[in-house]
Amino acid sequence: MLDFSILTENLDMYLLGFKNTIMSSLIALVASLILGVFVAIMRIAPIKPLNWLGTAYVEFIRNIPLLIITFFFFLGLKLSGLYAGTLALTIYTSSFIAEAIRAGILSVPKGQMEAARSSGLTYGQAMRLVILPQAVKIVIPPLGNQFINLVKNSSILAVVAGLDLMYHGDLISSRTFVVFDVYIFVAAFYLILTIPLSLGVGYLEKRLAKSN
Amino acid sequence: MIVFDRVNKYFGDFQVLKEINLTINKGEVVVVIGPSGSGKSTLLRCINRLETISEGSLSINGLNVADKKTDINKLRRNIGMVFQHFHLYPHKTVLENIMLAPRKVLGQSESEAKKIAQKYLEKVGIGDKANSFPSQLSGGQQQRVAIARGLAMGPDIMLFDEPTSALDPEMIGEVLDVMKALAHEGMTMVVVTHEMGFAREVADRIVFMDEGRVLEEATPAEFYANPREERARLFLSRILNH
Repeated sequence: MLDFSILTENLDMYLLGFKNTIMSSLIALVASLILGVFVAIMRIAPIKPLNWLGTAYVEFIRNIPLLIITFFFFLGLKLSGLYAGTLALTIYTSSFIAEAIRAGILSVPKGQMEAARSSGLTYGQAMRLVILPQAVKIVIPPLGNQFINLVKNSSILAVVAGLDLMYHGDLISSRTFVVFDVYIFVAAFYLILTIPLSLGVGYLEKRLAKSN
Repeated sequence: MIVFDRVNKYFGDFQVLKEINLTINKGEVVVVIGPSGSGKSTLLRCINRLETISEGSLSINGLNVADKKTDINKLRRNIGMVFQHFHLYPHKTVLENIMLAPRKVLGQSESEAKKIAQKYLEKVGIGDKANSFPSQLSGGQQQRVAIARGLAMGPDIMLFDEPTSALDPEMIGEVLDVMKALAHEGMTMVVVTHEMGFAREVADRIVFMDEGRVLEEATPAEFYANPREERARLFLSRILNH
């Protein structure tokens, strides 16, 4: 039977870690989304050098382990664990988000861009006002997956003393010499974040589908 | 107004347009016909630079279309385009579809753009559909919205790229009627179509293309009664006798 005294006696540590995980995930989520949109547009824009730069970014970042990117910021640039981890999460996730968004943009029929451009809109206006609003609907499900992965991947912070949920779990475990129960509660806290996220994405998907 | 001067266009090794010389005057309705793959649509799409020409020169009101210094967005304001598959914006209402470019490109106010959009919707006969989404309209209605969208910019030239080819037979008439009315008002129109009735009735000039060349230019009366080119005669016999 699960020992709930582990939870109640260490609640402040759990909550502190939980709070940091939420903060780190939230910042990384917003920042990686913005970065991802930019990289996606770089890959699609009709300017060759930008395409190359965007492709190089995506292929380089998504093909190395998150842990190494984290070490780069933590050991290489000597940032604190929380900063290094959040930054690494942002950059790592942005490469996947860029790919999801790129696929979404490309799935909008070519005629939409032609219609917009032939009416005198600039490329940027056509992208912003015509293409992206349509791409968003297509992109929501894969984006949801990336966000859920991001929350779980934030446990990488524990490796660099990033003060997150996993880190505090480790701390509690080494203090109490309990392993199983401690991490069950850690898992429960992650679920508190990821399940609503998952449901939220599903809801958004349904609502956007309706307006089509 | 629109002048093609020895225009060549290649897609890779394939030459789509060969030595095109063509002048289209203000207020003229020119119908471009010819078998598929003859370069009609490409010719049309060069006019607003949806396709770039490879050689020769193409100018509109004296402005060189191919020149990098030509502000293409400014040029395009004056050229409305209607596509085979309408290409309405599915996430916007009919009214928003029409208002987008006047608002963002011409800088019209919301109320001004709305008034103009409504005016053109009435003109194409679907004033009651202003707040519908494109997916709620029939093909013919969608194409009429697309025409209204082009007109709302107050263009000098309207381009039509097979505007009735994707429509149910029953819907073709309503779209052609709108186009006929436009022609009678003196709009400069370049129309790629297979609608021979429309061409005969409305066109000032027929341009017949085959394999990337303009083979024949004539008034509809001349062209239909007595096409000079053997290829044009064959084409006509195939599409008229069935």
